[in-house]
Amino acid sequence: MEGNPTEDGHAQLYRTIRLIRRFEEHAIDLVRSGDIPGIHPCIGQEAAAAGVCAALRKDDVVLSNHRGHGHLLAKGCDPGRLMAELLGRVTGIGRGGGGSLHPADLDSGVYGATATVGHGAAIATGVGWALAKEGGDRVAVAFFGDGAVNQGALLESFNLASLWRVPVVLVCENNLYATTLAAGEGNAGSVIGRAEGFGIPASTVDGQDPVLVREAARQAVHRARTGGGPSVLELLTYRYEGHHTFELKTRLRYRDKAEVERWRERDPLRIQGERVRAEDRELIDAEVEATLEEAVRSALDSPAPDPTDPLRYLYADGLRTRGGVSYA
Amino acid sequence: MPRLHYLKAMNLALRDEMARDPAVFLMGEDINLALTNVATGLLSRFGPDRVVETPLSEQGFTNFATGAALTGRRPVVEYQIPFLLMLVLEQIVNQASRFSLMSGGRFRVPVTYLLPAAGWKPGWGAQHSDQPYPLFVHMGVKAVLPATPTDAYGLLTSAIRDDDPVLVFAPAAAHGVQEDVAFADLVPVPLGVGRVHRAGDDVTVVAVGHLVHDALAVAEDLADEVSVEVFDPRTLHPFDWPGLAASVERTGRLVVLDDSNRACGMAAEIVATAAEEMRLVAPPRRITRPDGAVLGGVPALDLAMQPNREQLAAAIRRVMK
Ligand SMILES: Cc1ncc(C[n+]2csc(CCOP(=O)(O)OP(=O)(O)O)c2C)c(N)n1
Repeated sequence: MEGNPTEDGHAQLYRTIRLIRRFEEHAIDLVRSGDIPGIHPCIGQEAAAAGVCAALRKDDVVLSNHRGHGHLLAKGCDPGRLMAELLGRVTGIGRGGGGSLHPADLDSGVYGATATVGHGAAIATGVGWALAKEGGDRVAVAFFGDGAVNQGALLESFNLASLWRVPVVLVCENNLYATTLAAGEGNAGSVIGRAEGFGIPASTVDGQDPVLVREAARQAVHRARTGGGPSVLELLTYRYEGHHTFELKTRLRYRDKAEVERWRERDPLRIQGERVRAEDRELIDAEVEATLEEAVRSALDSPAPDPTDPLRYLYADGLRTRGGVSYA
Repeated sequence: MPRLHYLKAMNLALRDEMARDPAVFLMGEDINLALTNVATGLLSRFGPDRVVETPLSEQGFTNFATGAALTGRRPVVEYQIPFLLMLVLEQIVNQASRFSLMSGGRFRVPVTYLLPAAGWKPGWGAQHSDQPYPLFVHMGVKAVLPATPTDAYGLLTSAIRDDDPVLVFAPAAAHGVQEDVAFADLVPVPLGVGRVHRAGDDVTVVAVGHLVHDALAVAEDLADEVSVEVFDPRTLHPFDWPGLAASVERTGRLVVLDDSNRACGMAAEIVATAAEEMRLVAPPRRITRPDGAVLGGVPALDLAMQPNREQLAAAIRRVMK
C-alpha cells in the first residue's frame, strides 16, 4: 500500500485540494482578464484528483482529460509551470504547446490530456501494458468523465485492459453532467455495470471525500501493482463552476441553484479542512497562497513563444513544414 | 542473387528491426497466423510479447499503441485493410501526431502504421479499395508508399526508427514486384527523399507507389518519341520538393500519375506546388482516380477508374505539344 505510514496524510490531502482550488480561482481571474483563453474548471471535484494521486507513486503515470489541472497538480506538477502553460508561455510544461486543454508533464508523470473524450483511457491502457512489460510495478491511471463512458474507444480499452490484465486504474469522475447533458439522460445502464461486463472489478465511491477516494484508489493501485489487472472507480462528484469558462458569458441553464447549493454542502475543501487543525490549516493556506502568487507572477513574466515558428515541436525530428502562404 | 519479393522485404524489415531494438513490437489482427504474410515467422522468433494479436478494436489498439509509444516502445500496428484508417483517423491524426506539439517536444510517439494491402484489389468491393493517404498528408502525418522491394525494406525500416508517427502504405498492386538483391545489401531509405527511377530530358512523370512500374513501362514505350524522367517521391509527407524541383527545372514539363482521388488528392498538391514554384514550359497534367471513386465488386468497372498507361501516354504527348 502507498502513502506515508507514519501519519494519516490529512494535511497533505488538504493542501492538495486547497492548491487545486486556489490555482483554478486564479486561473479563472486570468480568463476574466483575457490572459487565458478559457479553462474547464474542476472546482468541486478536487478530492478525486487529490485522493487518487495520493495513492500513486511519482513514477506512476496519469493520462488526464480536458478537466485536468487538478490531476496535474495532485501528481506533483509545478504550479508556476502549469500556470505558464495555461498562459501559453515558453516556460510552461509544454512550452505553451499544450495550454489548459492538453497539459503534459514528463516530470510529474502526466503523459498528456486528450480532449477526445474517453480516448485517454485507451492510451493509458497502452501505457500500463508497456510499463508492465518493462518488469517493474508501475501503474497507469486514466481520468475521464461520465460522458466518456459512451465512447467506443473507452469500451474497447476496457476489453483490452481486462483481456491482458493491464495494470491500469480507470477513474470515472462522475460529476453528473457531460457539458449540459445529465448523466441519467446520456448513460443507459451504469458505469460500473460497463466495467463488470468486461470482467473488471469496479466500485462507486463518494468522490467528495478524499480519504474515501484515496482508500479505494489504494486498493485498485495495489491490485494493479501485484498483477491483478485493471479496476474501474466511479467517483461521485460535482463541479461547482460551468463546464467551461465560456459559461461565464453564456449562462447556460441546465441545473438549478438548489442542486449546486446541495453539493456545495459537501465541499471537499471543507470536508478535508475539518480533519486538519485550524492552525495547520492557516499555515497551509498561507503557504499555498504564497506559492500561487509566485506562480502567477512568474508565469505572467515569462516570454511568449515565437509566433513565426508555431509548428516548431510538431515533429520529433524538428521537421519544418512548408508555410501556408507561397510567394511568387 | 536472391529474388526479393515485396512482402518478404517488409517481413525482413520487421524481423531486422525487432532483432535490433527490443522496443519494437508488432500488433494487429490475425498476425499470429501472418494473414497478410508480413508477420511470417515473427511469432516463433520473438514470442507473444513482441507479436501481439489483437481483438477487433482498431480505435482501442491504435490509442493503445500511442500509450506504449509514450512509454518508450516502438509499436508497429498492422491494419488489414486501408478503410480501417477511417476508423482511426482521429487516433492517428488527433492523438498520436499531436503529442509532440502539445508537450513542447517532450513526448514522442514513434508508432508505425502498416497497411500491407493498400489500394485496389480486383473485385474487393466498395469498402476495401481506398487509397486514403492524402487525408494523412493533408493533416501533416508522415506517410510513405514504397514501389519496390528494396524501398519497402528501406522505408519501413526508417519508419520504425522515426520518432514520429509514420504510415507505411504497401499497395496491393506492388506485392508481386520482385527484385534481384543480396539481402545483406538492404539498407534504410531516408524519409523525404525521392528516387529518379529513370532519367529523361523532356518531361518529368511523378508516379506514386505501384504506378512507378506503369510509368517506367510507358517511358520505355515512348522512348523513341520523348525522353521521360520517372520520379518516385517515395515519401508523400515530408515530400521531396527540392528533388522534384531539380527534375522539373531540367525538363520543364510535369505529369503526375497517382492512385488517389482527384479532388484534394496527392496529384493536386504536386501540380499546384509545381505551378507555383517551379519553372514549367507547359501546363502540368494529372492522372488520378475520379472524384469520389468507389471501387466495387466488378473488376472491369474498377479498372475503368484506375489511372492507366494509355492515359499517361496521352498526357505525356499532350504536355509535349
Ligand atoms: C468524443 C468527444 N465528443 C464530444 C466532445 C466535446 N466535449 C468536450 S468535453 C464534453 C463533455 C464531457 O463530459 P464528461 O466526459 O462527463 O466530462 P466532464 O466535462 O463532465 O468532466 C464534450 C461533449 C469531445 N471533446 N470529445
